[in-house]
Amino acid sequence: MKGLKFIIAGILFGIVMSKSEAISWFRIQEMFRFQSFHMYGIIGTAVILGVIITYLIKKYKLRDYQGNPIVFTPKEKSIPRYLIGGTIFGLGWALTGACPGPMFVNIGYGYWAILLAVGGAIAGTYTYGVIKDRLPH
Amino acid sequence: MLELLRQPWPWYTSGAVIAFVMVLLLFFGKSFGVSANLRTICSACGAGKTVKFFDFDWRSQTWNLLFLVGAIIGGVISSQFLSTGEAVQISQATIKDLSQLGISAPNGIQPEELFSLEALFTVKGFLILLLGGFAIGFGARYAGGCTSGHAISGLSNLQWPSLVAVIGFFIGGLITTWVLMPLIF
Repeated sequence: MKGLKFIIAGILFGIVMSKSEAISWFRIQEMFRFQSFHMYGIIGTAVILGVIITYLIKKYKLRDYQGNPIVFTPKEKSIPRYLIGGTIFGLGWALTGACPGPMFVNIGYGYWAILLAVGGAIAGTYTYGVIKDRLPH
Repeated sequence: MLELLRQPWPWYTSGAVIAFVMVLLLFFGKSFGVSANLRTICSACGAGKTVKFFDFDWRSQTWNLLFLVGAIIGGVISSQFLSTGEAVQISQATIKDLSQLGISAPNGIQPEELFSLEALFTVKGFLILLLGGFAIGFGARYAGGCTSGHAISGLSNLQWPSLVAVIGFFIGGLITTWVLMPLIF
């Protein structure tokens, strides 16, 4: 089954988000109150390793498992969309204590209430799609 | 070994595993970004018929939906087999700050005041999760990504737009934490 490897990668992601406690509302509050290094340590380690690995992939022109070159799509250059969009995202992140990945992990963990936030997130995405052309980008 | 895995993992192990997940997806020919799934879900539900933004071949994103299914399974495995049931060990300073807002010290992973079904059926509890989720979905698509797409994938590729987005994530998070929460709770 071709899709199995993505499910396995997702399981690994779900376990690490749970065991690092990054799915916890309390941990996100602690982060935004600058009262612990924990979340900064997690994101910092992931980014430093990510930078090194991304550099090596580009330098040695590594290929994926099917032999295709691994390509990195540069992000579109702009300030308003990232700053405004990012700020709106952050407002919700601190309130629910979960960004999109941890939302889904929380469902599996048994915190059913988060389904409401998932519903909200889908509605938010849909609303963005509807009014997209009227927003500064 | 299982005993060790059942303990909360230190930040350096967690960060390394997250980087590994990102690399795994790169070698599968994909890129790590969770919030794109929300757009895919809208499209799969038929939103593409009326809204152009959702008019794309969502089936090409099936791999990412499978990743999401895996993430849910990972949550089940963690709570059923890899948990000691211990409360999150957050700092005393945070416990003290939160108690002033009426949120009691951790008893599990999430606060009862927000994630219990009783809380869900109060107007305040309902609106917090619904509007919080709405801001996440709207903001993630507006900014073109969330924590995984920008803070992990984007920063790893040294993309300055991702840094701007991450700064935005923090501006919003700090406003909620320091300005809105004392008003809401």
